[in-house]
Amino acid sequence: MSEKEALFSKKNLKLLTDPLNDSNPITVQVLGICSALAVTAQLKPAVVMAISVTAVVAFANVIISLLRNTIPNRIRIIVQLVVIAALVILVDQVLKAYVYDVSKQLSVFVGLIITNCILMGRLEAFALGNKPWQSFLDGIGNGAGYAAILIIVGFFRELFGSGSIWGYRIVPESWYIANGGFYENNGMMILPPMALIVVGVIIWVQRSRNRKLIEN
Amino acid sequence: MDRNSNNYTFIYASVMVILVAAILSIAAIALKPMQNKNTEIEKKQNILASVNIETTAKEAEQVYAEKVVNSYVVNSEGEVVEGDAFSIDLKVQKAKPLEQRLLPVFECQTESGLKYIFPLRGVGLWGPIWGFIALNEDMNTIFGTNFDHQGETPGLGAEISTPAFEEQFTGKSIFDASGKLVSVIVAKSSESAPEEHKVDAISGGTITSKGLEQMLLEDLTSYQKFITRKKS
Repeated sequence: MSEKEALFSKKNLKLLTDPLNDSNPITVQVLGICSALAVTAQLKPAVVMAISVTAVVAFANVIISLLRNTIPNRIRIIVQLVVIAALVILVDQVLKAYVYDVSKQLSVFVGLIITNCILMGRLEAFALGNKPWQSFLDGIGNGAGYAAILIIVGFFRELFGSGSIWGYRIVPESWYIANGGFYENNGMMILPPMALIVVGVIIWVQRSRNRKLIEN
Repeated sequence: MDRNSNNYTFIYASVMVILVAAILSIAAIALKPMQNKNTEIEKKQNILASVNIETTAKEAEQVYAEKVVNSYVVNSEGEVVEGDAFSIDLKVQKAKPLEQRLLPVFECQTESGLKYIFPLRGVGLWGPIWGFIALNEDMNTIFGTNFDHQGETPGLGAEISTPAFEEQFTGKSIFDASGKLVSVIVAKSSESAPEEHKVDAISGGTITSKGLEQMLLEDLTSYQKFITRKKS
């Protein structure tokens, strides 16, 4: 890579857009599923989780990329883990201080960002061998790919599970059986198994539309 | 320097750990006051919610200062003792024997008169559950409740913190006709209990419901002498 390469060259843009579809961390690489199931019962925590993971993966990528020529090979995984853990604790502290209600909803899942496979995966596979700017883009791209799926899943689960979007009521109160209507929220939607099914449906739709992903 | 030598690895690891520790400590100390403030505001919101006053985090402080006219600490004999009611951690108190416990009481002025608010803490299915219960001036009728939990199952046990569940308590009595403390029974439809002491349990959340029933009985019992004093 030459020093004069433009910041948003075609190659760099691809780092940003690829994870949205062709190499999506959730639907194609099937990483980070655990947290995708856990925080998507409502849209708001899903969005906050997506932002937190994006921030952590982007900055961890940059830090590891900056350090890549100094990290002793034998402890590189530990170094990666320390960087991730430190960033996650910072994010957790900031959430607790500035958006307390959301941090309460996310509770343990913020801590679990540390174990999100997307992070270790990107650090090991990309940041260790690439320059900081490319690593940053790769982090943002993968975070966005993760975010896209979380938001789609969160949207459907909140709509059908609670009849609301972002906490605002969509299904009118008068439709509910309790109020003499005909409608009932789908209780299954707010439980994790349904998130897995929704993710499965997304993978199905994506694979049937994206020819590159069709396996023989 | 050889990046694969033991010395390099040790020095690298030590420097990294010290740096990271310093950064995290600074962040934790810098953000601590704001985090404490948030917990305080939440507690105020919960206390107000038990007397059916809904507030946003922004106005909670002001409304609390206006409505909660008095707060003090009592012991299990019902005598007022020294202490700051608001800062008492019930988790610590409940670990002590009953005679040594410091029990906070909040008095709240509402449109329908003075209410007495008692904090509660118990055990659900997965972790602690807690809340506040507000009694009318007759020290028998429940005016309102507010429950919260750490990690009960969403849609099942977690329903204890929904208004639909909490509102059931309003108007129930905690003493029976003979003056015995029966608290409130969180009953399944198959269980029989006098209507004035009974609320519906959550289907699929039996252990949480029973934990809540146990919490109410236990904590109201520790206040029993105070309540009886106020009554007479």
